[in-house]
Amino acid sequence: MTGSTSPQRPRTLYDKIFDAHVVDRQPDGTALLYIDRHLVHEVTSPQAFEGLRMSGRKVRRPDQTIAVPDHNVPTTADRVKGIENPEGRVQVAELDKNARDFDLNYYPMNDIRQGIVHIVGPEQGWTLPGMTVVCGDSHTATHGAFGALAHGIGTSEVEHVLATQTLIQKKSKNMKVEITGKLRPGVTAKDITLAVIGATGTAGGTGHVIEYCGEAIRDLSMEGRMTVCNMAIEGGARAGLIAPDEKTFAYVNGRPHAPKGAAWEAALNWWKTLYTDEGAHFDKVVTIRGEDIAPVVTWGTSPEDVLPITGTVPRPEDFSGGKVEAARRSLDYMGLEPGTRLADIPIDAVFIGSCTNGRIEDLRAAAGILRGKHLAPGVRGMVVPGSGLVRAQAEEEGLDRVFTDAGFEWRLAGCSMCLGMNPDQLAPGERCAATSNRNFEGRMGRGGRTHLMSPIMAAAAGVAGHLVDVREVMAPAEPV
Amino acid sequence: MEKFTTLTGIAAPMPLVNIDTDMIIPKQFLKTIHRSGLGKNLFDEMRYLADGSENPDFVLNQPAWREAQIIVAGDNFGCGSSREHAPWALLDFGIRSVISTSFADIFYNNCFQNGILPIVLPEDAVKVLMEDAKNGANARLSIDLEAQTVTASDGQEFRFDIDPHRKHNLLNGLDDVGQTLQKGAAIEAYEAKIAQSQPWV
Ligand code: SF4
Repeated sequence: MTGSTSPQRPRTLYDKIFDAHVVDRQPDGTALLYIDRHLVHEVTSPQAFEGLRMSGRKVRRPDQTIAVPDHNVPTTADRVKGIENPEGRVQVAELDKNARDFDLNYYPMNDIRQGIVHIVGPEQGWTLPGMTVVCGDSHTATHGAFGALAHGIGTSEVEHVLATQTLIQKKSKNMKVEITGKLRPGVTAKDITLAVIGATGTAGGTGHVIEYCGEAIRDLSMEGRMTVCNMAIEGGARAGLIAPDEKTFAYVNGRPHAPKGAAWEAALNWWKTLYTDEGAHFDKVVTIRGEDIAPVVTWGTSPEDVLPITGTVPRPEDFSGGKVEAARRSLDYMGLEPGTRLADIPIDAVFIGSCTNGRIEDLRAAAGILRGKHLAPGVRGMVVPGSGLVRAQAEEEGLDRVFTDAGFEWRLAGCSMCLGMNPDQLAPGERCAATSNRNFEGRMGRGGRTHLMSPIMAAAAGVAGHLVDVREVMAPAEPV
Repeated sequence: MEKFTTLTGIAAPMPLVNIDTDMIIPKQFLKTIHRSGLGKNLFDEMRYLADGSENPDFVLNQPAWREAQIIVAGDNFGCGSSREHAPWALLDFGIRSVISTSFADIFYNNCFQNGILPIVLPEDAVKVLMEDAKNGANARLSIDLEAQTVTASDGQEFRFDIDPHRKHNLLNGLDDVGQTLQKGAAIEAYEAKIAQSQPWV
């Protein structure tokens, strides 16, 4: 069994997965790690396949390589007719060709299983506990929710993995983020992950792999855990993970590429050893009380610019060092005055979707707030399911009607507005309540202003026409 | 990949913290399927005004730094997306080294794949070099990878740490893929072992 070697010092979950994948170790500690799943999308892969062709190399494990176009794809129903933008069309056509030429597992744009790569992987059962998962995309950390070691890589590394099925890695440090106790009503996985970044900063996790643990994490569904791990990168960590448990196994069981029968039993045996041993060493520990987390929003242009919705826009002088200037620049870009109550900030648009919050549970939660209500006058709203299967499930549950009755557009799956590489963009100055993960300048369209928050907070903001404390609009007994 | 041995050049001061990869190369330029040609859009949204003309306030548009080969940057340079287009754009513009107190992991790694040397130095050292960089062509910085030093224009020398494997590859312009393929037997042995112990993978 690869998971257990001779009796040794207690190891973290990260240590165990890392050790189990070492193909070769250099005296300086650099390891060659075997990669179990390689996910590929159209934006960061063309140059890698180009490199492969130029050097006459093949894809070593096409059976472990999964490709899906997501960043460029339009989310309107007319996309069956093709992509209008010529460059976007070329990139997706390149992926089509590369997937065919190299015989990859492929979900083309008009396949119902198509969607955001980080939603498709778990949904199809490609992502399993204890695996190493990489993708030329920083939000690969999402897959860590299954107790997999998953991180983003650059295009040169994509080429390296395609050619060798391995990655050259230095071991990261271990960081533990513990969320104790219970969350209060109106507080979600998104608030946890934003609150952690608010507490540690966008560089707080740099050089570390985060293990999220504690009662509040255990209580989360798999969807919620994916939301938490998704944003490990915004906290600077390359990977975030959560030890697998019964919820994980139940989610995985029966998925198209999950093991079956005897293989399932054997897999379970190994998966059950995937936890941090008592007494294992963490280089950094952050503990947050679940009860202390409020529904949060971002006010600036860095994900660390996060405050409880009950707060006010800060002053640049409240910060120190280089952050003073960065805050001034953020406020200027965001068009905000210090001292303004966050709940008084009017919005123009609502975006519900992305690999952070585009899963079925997110849509259910948002629809729960919107049922029987309507977007405020002048506010436009867009719901973009994370995959074609999420979309189909939502339609089966009638959620699409809730959204369209509330005045939202109901779109096809893709990255959409999360980064405006496709036609879905904010106009300059337009202010959006968004469930995605990055509020960088220009991220959702040049001059567009992004406030990050949970799906229920975004839905509530849409109805109110301004940022709002979702707890004020939730029916008292309504479970979240 | 081009080797990196020594470099003496103009450094552009960019004291802003958290310069992310969306700032380095905005997403509208990620639609290319090639590696070259991105230099003209490096820092696009800061570098050009809405009408497409150059923003005269931006450092790389000012005569003193148009030929910069080094950037001295605020903390946490290169955070955000994994896009390797960021180092491609830097390289295409002519930047061969970035100096900061800290870098985001993926960006840091991507630099080495493209012959760019990211240098981490303590805050006070970066401060000295930042002041030096503000003098433009009057204060060239010198970097010596073999010796692991950065020398300011007044001769002050700062030593930096670097992983030996990365140093070796950068000094020799070596590509990781070719090196790893030489370990084919070890990869095959690993695969054979896993086929036994974890057939579901
Ligand atoms: S949804 Fe956004 S963050 Fe997620 S993969 Fe797509 S572009 Fe990246």
